[in-house]
This record gives sequence, structure tokens and C-alpha cells, in this order.
Amino acid sequence: MRERVLVAALLLALFATPAKAADPQVTILLKDHQFTPQDVPVPAGVKVELIVQNQQDVMAEFESTKLHREKIVLPGAKISVFVGPLDPGRYEFFDDFHNSTRAFLVVK
Amino acid sequence: MLPTAIIVLREVLEASLIVGIVLAASRGAPGRGRWVAGGIAGGVLGALAVAAGAGEIASAAAGMGQELFDAAILFAAVGMLGWHNIWMSRHGREMAAEAVKLGTNVRSGERPLWALAIVVGIAVLREGSEIVLFLYGIALAGGSGGPAAMAVGGALGLAGGVAAGTAIYLGLISIPLRHLFAVTSWLVLLLAAGMASQGAAFLMQAELVPSLGANLWDTSFLLSEQSIVGKIMHTLIGYSAQPAGIQVVFYLATLVIIGGLMRLIGSGSPPQRARAPSHAPAE
Repeated sequence: MRERVLVAALLLALFATPAKAADPQVTILLKDHQFTPQDVPVPAGVKVELIVQNQQDVMAEFESTKLHREKIVLPGAKISVFVGPLDPGRYEFFDDFHNSTRAFLVVK
Repeated sequence: MLPTAIIVLREVLEASLIVGIVLAASRGAPGRGRWVAGGIAGGVLGALAVAAGAGEIASAAAGMGQELFDAAILFAAVGMLGWHNIWMSRHGREMAAEAVKLGTNVRSGERPLWALAIVVGIAVLREGSEIVLFLYGIALAGGSGGPAAMAVGGALGLAGGVAAGTAIYLGLISIPLRHLFAVTSWLVLLLAAGMASQGAAFLMQAELVPSLGANLWDTSFLLSEQSIVGKIMHTLIGYSAQPAGIQVVFYLATLVIIGGLMRLIGSGSPPQRARAPSHAPAE
């Protein structure tokens, strides 16, 4: 496991362009099987860092088929997901482990 | 109980379909049962380890550990499937001829069954680790009607998933032996291409590759990826309702590279043994 993490870290160091500090951050809370806010305002045309906080005692998977993002959020943990630059519109996302828990990114 | 059953079914389904295809593709190969069982067992152990280390994986590589880990094991599986298919393109005809004659192929000792075992292990690990994390959370939270309901739900989901894998296996082995390996090598090729496309999505999420167009097309009105049929097609042929350009590139590149190598290596001068029936052994 440690080697894997190391290899992963090396790969990232080699190839990834680090997220610029200027990327706007948007926080999404997940509590009682509900995302807050339901309509998440996101600026159009720029890269955005979504920070998803799982305040539940069960795991969740932040997923959007349209945006090709899927990422496990452990209980009490938070994850970062970068999206964009996006065109204006509504982009649905959901908790893949609780399919009725849904909300939208509203890109303007 | 029901939500547990559905989640477990969904996860088991994917791994089970892959096991079914691998079992059909290795029909008649001596020792394949042990390899596949070993792959499943290794996958279960791996799933427990990954679930236990989920927090560490998630925070590794500046928060992109999940993406890199998923991409790495998917591409490892693509490599194994490709290796097996290329090997089979050289030896498969000979083996099929033998199998038809003898009902088993006795000379497949060097066949890379380990590659298939790794694929099985990876499939079980990926889906299994999510099941472990999910059930563990539910158990801790005391939700979903208590431990008994959870166990029943889990067992139902597992049974449903295994049934689907069994169905595809039985369907495939009903194909006459002389055609079976042609069909399974196509299935394995599509499986590999689909996994490469999934791997590309994780690389894109980790911002290591560009998207090359966020959604090349949208067929979610025809077949949603979240439906059971959509999930099955996603596993089997890599169906994506709204693929990004990079996924299509990885999908096609995998088809061309593995398919090309199969042709190149399979059409070269056949190994000595293949000619054995018509020629006296020359060695």
C-alpha cells in the first residue's frame, strides 16, 4: 500500500499541474441524505474546486454522469473535485450510494 | 434490507459478469478453477485492505489518490486482458482443435491463466471494497433495519449478482467449442476497451489528461447508465451514455492496439505444434 501511494504521489508530482490557488472553491454539504445547497451556484468559464463534506455516519459517492466525476466520500470526511471550465447550465449530481439524494450545479 | 440488496447486487453484478466471461474464455484449461478461485479470494482480501486503507488512499497524492488508484488497477486489468488475448490469438486455434478432439486442452500449461486471475482479483477488489465500506457504515450507523435485515439484503444482492454471472457463463458455454474462443476473445477485447475508457475518466478527474470534449454524445434518453441494463452494458462493452472525448480515444486505442497485436502475432508463422497433425515433428 505504501509503495502504491508513493508511486501515485510521484506520478502526480510528475504530470499534474497543481491547482492554482486562484481556483474558486464551492462547498457542498451532505447531511441527512440531502445536499446543501440544492442549487449550487458555480461561475461559468473557470475551473472550480468543489469541496464535498459528508456529515453523515455512512459513506457516500459524489457522482455526476454528465461531468464524469465519481468519488467516494467517507463518513465525516471531505473531498475535492475539480470541474470546469463549464458552460452555463444545470448539471445534476447525486450520491451513488443513495440514489434519491440529488442536486444541481447551476453554472452562470 | 432492500437498499442494501440493491447496492450489493449492483456491485456484485459487475464483478460477477467479468468472472463469467473469464470462466467461459478459459473453458477446458486445466487448473482454471483454481486460478479463478484464487483471483476471487485475492480480490476479497484486497477489498478488505482497500476498505481499511480508504482514508489513506483518499488523502494520498494531494487528494487525488482515489482517482490514481482506480486508474492504475483498471489499466493493469486492461494489460492482463490484452496479454491473454494476444497469447490466445497465437495458440487459440490449436487449443480449440485439441479441445474439440479431446474435450479438454492438455497442452495449455503455459497459458497465462494468471493474467485472468489478476483481472478477476481486480474486479472483485474494486466492487468488493465499496460493498465493505457501504455495509460497514450501515452497520455502525445501525440503519437499514438492523443486522439481520442487512445480512438478508446482502445475501439477496450477492445471489442476484452471482446468478447474472452464472447466466452469462452458461450462455457462452452453450456456444459450440470451435466458435467459443472467437466469441470470448471479442468479449474480452470489448471488456478491456471499456475498462480503458473508465480509466481515462479517472485520469481526467485527476486532471492528468484533457477531456477533449465533455460529452461527445448523449444517449441517456435511450439507455441510462444508472439503469441495470445500462450498468450491464457499461461493464460488458464499456457503454457510456455521455462519454468524454478522451474516453472514446482510450476505448478506440485499446481496440486498435490489442486487436492489431492479436492480428499481427496470430497471423505470423504458427508455432510448430499447430502444424503437427500434417507434418512430422521437425524438431
